[in-house]
Amino acid sequence: MLSPEKIEAKLEQILLKVQKPGRYVGGELNIVVKDWEKIQTKVALVFPDIYDIGVSNVGLKILYDQINQREDALAERAYAPWTDMEALMRDCGIPLYSLESKRPLSGFDIIGFSLPYETLYTNTLNILDLAGIPVRSSDRDGSHPIIIAGGHAATNPEPMHAFVDAFVIGEGEEVIHEIINTLERVKRQKLDINNDAQIVNFNREILLRQLAAIPGVYVPKFYETHYLDDGTVSHVETLIDGIANPVVKRIVPHLTPAPTTFIVPNMEVVHNRVSVEIMRGCTRGCRFCQAGMITRPVRERSVDEIVEVSEAAINATGFEELALLSLSSSDFSCVVELVKKVSERFHGRKLTISLPSLRIESVSIDLMDKLREHYSGGFTLAPEAATERMRRIINKFIPDDEIINTAREIYRRGWTTIKLYFMIGHPSETMDDVQAIADLCKRIINEGRKVAGWKVKLNVGVSTFVPKPQTPFQWVSVDVRENIIAKQTLLKRELRDQNIKVSWTDPDDSLLEAWLTRGDRRMAEVVYTAWKMGAKFDAWNDQHRAGIWAAAFAKQRLDPAFYTYRQRRTDEVFPWDHITAAVRKNFLFQDFRQSLEGMIRVDCRLNCFACGILPTFSNLRRQNPGEVWKCPDVKSPPTRMLSSHSSPLGPNVSRNEVPVVGD
Amino acid sequence: MRVRITFSKTGALRYIGHLDLHALWERAARRAELPLAYTKAYHPQPKIYLASALPLGFSSCCEVVDLRLTQDVDVVNLPVLIQAAMPSGIGILNAEIVDEQGPPLQTQVIAADYEVTITRTSLASGPADLFKASLMLRSKELLAQSTLPRERRGKVYDLRPLIEQLAIISENKIFMRLTAREAATGRPEEVLDALGIAPENTEIERVNLIFQG
Repeated sequence: MLSPEKIEAKLEQILLKVQKPGRYVGGELNIVVKDWEKIQTKVALVFPDIYDIGVSNVGLKILYDQINQREDALAERAYAPWTDMEALMRDCGIPLYSLESKRPLSGFDIIGFSLPYETLYTNTLNILDLAGIPVRSSDRDGSHPIIIAGGHAATNPEPMHAFVDAFVIGEGEEVIHEIINTLERVKRQKLDINNDAQIVNFNREILLRQLAAIPGVYVPKFYETHYLDDGTVSHVETLIDGIANPVVKRIVPHLTPAPTTFIVPNMEVVHNRVSVEIMRGCTRGCRFCQAGMITRPVRERSVDEIVEVSEAAINATGFEELALLSLSSSDFSCVVELVKKVSERFHGRKLTISLPSLRIESVSIDLMDKLREHYSGGFTLAPEAATERMRRIINKFIPDDEIINTAREIYRRGWTTIKLYFMIGHPSETMDDVQAIADLCKRIINEGRKVAGWKVKLNVGVSTFVPKPQTPFQWVSVDVRENIIAKQTLLKRELRDQNIKVSWTDPDDSLLEAWLTRGDRRMAEVVYTAWKMGAKFDAWNDQHRAGIWAAAFAKQRLDPAFYTYRQRRTDEVFPWDHITAAVRKNFLFQDFRQSLEGMIRVDCRLNCFACGILPTFSNLRRQNPGEVWKCPDVKSPPTRMLSSHSSPLGPNVSRNEVPVVGD
Repeated sequence: MRVRITFSKTGALRYIGHLDLHALWERAARRAELPLAYTKAYHPQPKIYLASALPLGFSSCCEVVDLRLTQDVDVVNLPVLIQAAMPSGIGILNAEIVDEQGPPLQTQVIAADYEVTITRTSLASGPADLFKASLMLRSKELLAQSTLPRERRGKVYDLRPLIEQLAIISENKIFMRLTAREAATGRPEEVLDALGIAPENTEIERVNLIFQG
C-alpha cells in the first residue's frame, strides 16, 4: 500500500496539470488530523461528487465531529476527483486517498458514503474502483474496509445492494458509534495478525452478522428478494436469525449539538457559508415529497441554541453567509423571534442571512420586515401547482390570491427578484394545469411591476415530478417523456419576457432518477453495467449519457418502462418494503387514495393523522415529552421491553429504546 | 492604520491561486476580528493589498500584504493573533506599521528572487558535479545573449532583460532574480525552459521580494 509520502510525491508531478488543484490537497482550517498509528478505528467519509460540492455537506460534518470526538477513532474525508484528475491518477498509479493524511482509502477500517440522491450511484462505484477496493461486496475479504452508506437515497437501497456492505437507515449520529464499537469488539475477539503486521484479517462474516443486528443497519447480504412472474416482488426473507424485517430507521430523540467548526475551504466552492439546521422533519404532508415523509418526527432546536451556534460558527470560520436550514422554515415555532434575535446578534456585522424553504402561508409581513437588514438574497417560494385541482392532489394547497399578495408585499419591500418553484408531471396533470402555471407567473410579475416598477424579476424553476419510495405517490407512474417536453415547451413559449427566466430539468435526467429511485435488486446490474460503460457524474448535465443507460438496460434484458411507466398494483409489494422510515404503508396508501379524490390533509401539527411514527417510537417519545417533538405526547403505558436481538421485529410491534449490541 | 504583513505560503496552500488567497485573507481577518477597512463602493471590497501574485504551485517565504484597518491595533501581538486564524500553510512572519499615505504596495515591487530545486535529474545521468558543470555552461550561454525572444500566451517578448541575476548554486539548486514590474515580469519557468529544464521536475520557491526605495 502506498505511503502518504509516496502519494504526495506523485501528486506533485500532476497537480499543476489539472483544473483547480486545490480540490485535492486538503490543508483547510478546522480539519482534524490525528496520529494514525495511535488510533484504533479509522473511518473515511466520502461525498461521491467533486470537492466543490461535497466539502460543505452538513450530514458528513456531523459524522466527522461525532467520530473525531472519540479517542479511539478518527474520520478523514475524500471526494470524487474530476475527470481530468482521475485520468492522471489512473495513469500514475495514485489510489484515491483521504485529504487529511493522504492515506489510501483502502487502508481505512470503514468507508462511509453519503448518498443524498440516486444520480451519485455510478460515482460511488467509480470511487471504490479508484480506491482499489472490489466494487462488489461479494468480492471483498478481511483485508478490505467495510463499506457503509446512508442518506435519503438509502430509503430504497436495493439498486446499490450489491456494492454496499451495510446501509444505515435514517439518522447516523448514534448508529455510527454502535458500528465502530461493534467493529472494535469483533477485532479484539478475532485478531489474526500477519507477520507483516500491516493487515489484520478478521472474519468478515462475523462482523457483518453483528452489524446486521444493530437496529437501523441493513446488511443486504442477509436478505433475499423473491419475485413473482410479473417481475414484481413477492417477498423479502431474512437468511439468518436475529435481524430485523423490516429494518426500521433510526432517529435521535432530540438534535445533537449543531456543528460549529466547519471546514473552511481554501478555494471558492459552491457553498461558502455556515449552515445551521434549525429543525428536522416536516408536518405539511405534501404527497410528492420524500424528505418530508422520511425525516419525521419534527424536532426543533431552541432559538437560543441556534443564535449561539450561529455566532460560534461565524467566528470559527469567517464566512459571510449564514443559512438557517430546514424543510419548511417558516413553520419553525418561533421563526419571527429567531430572525429578530439572529439579526440583533449580528447587527452591524457584514453578514448575509438566508432562510430558504419559506412556506407562502406562513411568510408574514412581520417576518419579511425582520429579514430586511441582512437578507439580501432573492426570495424563494414554492407553489408547485397552479390550479386548485392539482393543489388538492399534491396536498400543497395555497390559493392564488395568497401567492399573489405575498409576492406583491415582497416586491414592495424592495426585493427585486422572486424565485418560484413549480413541478410538472404530477398524476392526472393536463395542459390546462400547466397553462395555469404560466398565467400565475404573468399575474405575479404584473403585480410586482405595479408596486415596484419594471426592475422586478421573476425566476421560475420548473422541476419534473419523480415518484419516490415511501411517499403516497410511490404507486404512480412517471409522466411520459413526450408529455414532459410538450409541457416544458408550453412554459418556455408562454413565459417569454425579458424579466422572466425559466429553468427546467432535462427529461432524461428525470428518467434516470426515476429508474434508480424505485429500482429493485436487478437494477444493481444496470448500475454496474452503466458504470463499466463509462457513466459517471450523472448528476451533471454535460456528463450524463442517455445512450449508456439505455444500453445497460438492454444488456441486462430489463425494460426501463417497468420502473417508470407502470402504475403499481394496490397490493404490490415494493422492493423497499423491508426498509421503513416508520410511516406506515397503509397510511401512505390512504393518503394516495385521498389524493385521487382531491382531499386535503392539514398540517399534522394541527391534527395528528397517526402516520406510524408514534407507535414505532413510543418509548422514545415518552422519554422525551413536550415541545421537543411536534407530535402529540404519548400517554399509554409503556410496552414490554424486547430482548436485544432475539426476534425479528414485525411492522406492528412497538419499538422500544435502542438496545445496545453486546458490551 | 496600515499594517504590512510578511508571510509564507507552503504545503497545500501552494495550490491556492491569487484570487482565492485574497478571499482567504478576508476570512482570516474576520476570524481574527481585525477592524478591516472596506471601500465605499456599492459592493464594498476589503482593503487587502497583496504585493505580487505568486504563480500556482510555487511556495514562498516572503509574501507581503498590506491591510488597512479602521482602528489601531497592537502590532506586536498581531502575528500571533493572525496566525491563530490561519490554516497551516500560511505562516505569519512579521507585521509592521507603514505610512498610510505611502504609495500602493503593488507599485513598489521591482524584482523577485526565486530558488529552484531540481527534484528529478532525468535529463542527465552521471555524476552530480558533471551535471552542475553542464548547468553552469548553459546558464553562462544564456546570460551571454543580448536578447532572448520567447513566446508566452501568444505574445512575443524578450526574456533577457528580465533576468537580473542567475546563479547555479549546486547540481540541483538554481538562484535567479527576475524583474517584477507591471508589464515586465520574468517567470522562472521561462528561464528554466530556456535552460532546458522541465518545470515539473522542479520545486520553485520565492525567497525575496525587492521593493524600490
